[in-house]
Amino acid sequence: MMPAKYIYMDHAAGRPVDPRIIEAMLPYEKSFYFNPSSVHSSGQGARKALEESRAKVAELMNAPKKESIIFTSGATESNNMAIKGVAYRNKDRGTHIITSSIEHMSVLNPCKFLATRGFKVSFLPVDKYGFVDLESLEKELTDETILVSIMYANGEIGTIQPIKEISKIVHGKKAQLHVDATAANGQVPIDVKDEGIDLLTLSSNDMYGPQGVGALYLGDGVRMEPIIHGGGQERGLRSGTENISGIVGLGKAAEIARMEMRAESERLSKLRDKLIKGLLETVPYSFLNGHPTKRLPNNVAVRYSFIEGESILLNLDMMGVAASSGSACTAKTLEPSHALIAIGLKHEEAHGSLLFTLGKQNNEEEADYVISIMPDIVKRLRAMSPLTPKELMR
Amino acid sequence: MYSEKVMEHFRNPQNMGEIPDADGVGTVGNPVCGDLMTMYIKIKDNRITDIKFKTFGCGAAIATSSMTTEMAKGKTLEEAMKISRANVAEELGGLPPIKMHCSNLAADALHAAIEDYYKKQKAGKGNEN
Repeated sequence: MMPAKYIYMDHAAGRPVDPRIIEAMLPYEKSFYFNPSSVHSSGQGARKALEESRAKVAELMNAPKKESIIFTSGATESNNMAIKGVAYRNKDRGTHIITSSIEHMSVLNPCKFLATRGFKVSFLPVDKYGFVDLESLEKELTDETILVSIMYANGEIGTIQPIKEISKIVHGKKAQLHVDATAANGQVPIDVKDEGIDLLTLSSNDMYGPQGVGALYLGDGVRMEPIIHGGGQERGLRSGTENISGIVGLGKAAEIARMEMRAESERLSKLRDKLIKGLLETVPYSFLNGHPTKRLPNNVAVRYSFIEGESILLNLDMMGVAASSGSACTAKTLEPSHALIAIGLKHEEAHGSLLFTLGKQNNEEEADYVISIMPDIVKRLRAMSPLTPKELMR
Repeated sequence: MYSEKVMEHFRNPQNMGEIPDADGVGTVGNPVCGDLMTMYIKIKDNRITDIKFKTFGCGAAIATSSMTTEMAKGKTLEEAMKISRANVAEELGGLPPIKMHCSNLAADALHAAIEDYYKKQKAGKGNEN
């Protein structure tokens, strides 16, 4: 039986904006169109809203001062700015950058670009859970290394990296640590001071804020070039008139996340574990991607042998459930997700991967429904697959 | 993303399964790429009297398999050899461009099954037909 309401479990792809955040943004959309660079009082009102949001974002990550926060158009821009900005500004000190093999494309591709512009880039391997290999990190770090970029958590397999440990190793040399916290922010408490993070990327939508706005935290010792040049907004590091309503939304999202994250993450972790257990118990040849406990509270990443992810998604959609997959066929390229390959999955295993990312609206009843429909979907597709072993067909 | 026709075949695939005593079997694709198809055909008097498929792959892979079996059933071998990937896609009301190459393999699997049948004929097997 179809659920009364469509079940949305694809929060890594996009989140509904929290009504309280829309409420906070509305005045700035409707009648508060002023430019914070203007001298008149209306412009100064916009400036005030901008700075209040900056303080809220700083507070969420325990940044020592609000001036450390630069607003951007989202995580992709923040990552580009961090990596290219630091690389260009510090190339007199060194030209070596280290990152991992499971980073988001907005980290990997700027690094690959820099590799064509005279920089040397090392891509660290990960283990079967997706943890960055710390011995390789120590081995690769030299006096030439200026930047290490490691994600806080991977959105596709959920694994949370030991950032504090990584930071200690990075700071053993003169390098600085950039952390892409897009997937983790708003789910896991992050403390840039305590964890020794020099640059941190976050986006608004991952905290139920509007799309198209994000931020980059810059620690005191960080020197960087802007990648967008212009009128000198955001301390000259990110020119362009500020997206006031978006930034107000991000500020509100940070404020709500700071207040509610702990309780919500605890609730989601239980829901996550229930879903993982139920999905794996009811279907043979099913496996968890990523680490069982050191994972994002909302991340349920599983894989089924002998069948392909997109077919599972289409079946789920027909049954009223939205999920995602790391499968080749759903992406713009024909390769399976690089993160799934990096943790050692064979291509055909990666193709059978399925990702549920939970959010505020999801509840136990929805998890029960998903668990109840999955065995039949898998059975149906396995009956169709030439790869399914005969004994499973009986 | 997919046409209604593709979804119809995905929801209710036609001729899914195996033919244990098939006269020709053709497999194309590779699980590494995410698409693998096997076609089974029964031949009588130079015509495809029965055809079944098994497919590992995405929605397009399953729908093109189903559509190809529908198109090939009852056709002479010569007619079936003329069914192309483009014909199959057209009958389905089009496929997303990225799926045209990676998942639209069913016509190739059909041709491989027919070639397998010819080969077996030449080898002197399957003379009972």
